[in-house]
Amino acid sequence: MDWLTMGRWSPYAVGIGIGVLSWLTFVLSDKPIGCSAAFARTSGMIERLFRGNKVLEKPYFKEFAPRVDWEWMLVVGAILGSFTSAKLSGQFKLDWVPSMWAAAFGPRPVTRVAVALLGGVLLGFGSRWAGGCTSGHGISGTLQLAVSSWLAAICFFIGGIAAAFFIFRILG
Amino acid sequence: MLTRLHNSKKTQLFLGLGAGFGFGFLLEKGGVTRYDVIVGQLLLSDFTVLKIMLSAAAAGMLGVHLLRNLGLAQLHPKPGSWGSTAVGGLIFGLGFATLGYCPGTIAGAVGQGWLDALAGGLTGIILGAGIFASLYPRLKPGILSKGEFKSRTYPELLKINPWAVVIPAVAIIAAFLVWLESRGL
Repeated sequence: MDWLTMGRWSPYAVGIGIGVLSWLTFVLSDKPIGCSAAFARTSGMIERLFRGNKVLEKPYFKEFAPRVDWEWMLVVGAILGSFTSAKLSGQFKLDWVPSMWAAAFGPRPVTRVAVALLGGVLLGFGSRWAGGCTSGHGISGTLQLAVSSWLAAICFFIGGIAAAFFIFRILG
Repeated sequence: MLTRLHNSKKTQLFLGLGAGFGFGFLLEKGGVTRYDVIVGQLLLSDFTVLKIMLSAAAAGMLGVHLLRNLGLAQLHPKPGSWGSTAVGGLIFGLGFATLGYCPGTIAGAVGQGWLDALAGGLTGIILGAGIFASLYPRLKPGILSKGEFKSRTYPELLKINPWAVVIPAVAIIAAFLVWLESRGL
């Protein structure tokens, strides 16, 4: 069982594993793997705590009801699965600042968290604007040969590569 | 039998949790729950993310289309338009590089112990999705519906048998991955 405690697997083994996992989700749950809608539902659940049932009348939450569904559980499961894998290989570690970030912008957690927050807002906003993320469009949509998903995946990388070069080659 | 399984709400929540567990486990083993690996991909110095995504797409494509032929699976391709898919995709890309995780891998990053992902990223994604939900009624009739795609999938667009797209697509992905490896990337 050495493979369970290994730190890294071949990216092809991982990719094929995710492909096979989507066969299972299509058959057993009639659902493609996706993550970003769960965050929109969560925002609705939090807003509901403050504003009550009025939130349910928002047009977006009529389409994506603020409740726990299959995909929401998938995101929770992903946290647990990653935690288990990291524990098995001894790579679980509480840490604030990734090393590439620290090398370019210093080791202060507050800067990193502020930028992560900004990046998160753009990511959450953009994923809902595009109707999916790296998993829903990038893997599940491309494997279904969806017109929208191939375009979305290409745009994710165009925007991402441009921004990464700007952040690390111009600012960093 | 499958329809009954699909309609059983409680069972589905457990199946979702299980699928997520497998997904997070694989993402962590692949290294893509790490900021350095994701940003390395966007700086074109580490191709792990693309290798995982493309091999998942190729394996998934073959299996899901076969299962569909056997009557065991249905496709759920998302609708799209230039205004929503392309513009949203570019905004997503800016966030992808700024945060250094995406909505799936951030769940994995939290599980691995990354506190920047938990305190900054996760909060930001929920906030960003909430802002979008509030603006949705104004965006929907405008930019989101500009240039809607008439067909949902390429086989539908080209009016050909899905396998006439699956086989060449898998071949192109495989050739691209072999080329990446031959370049030592």
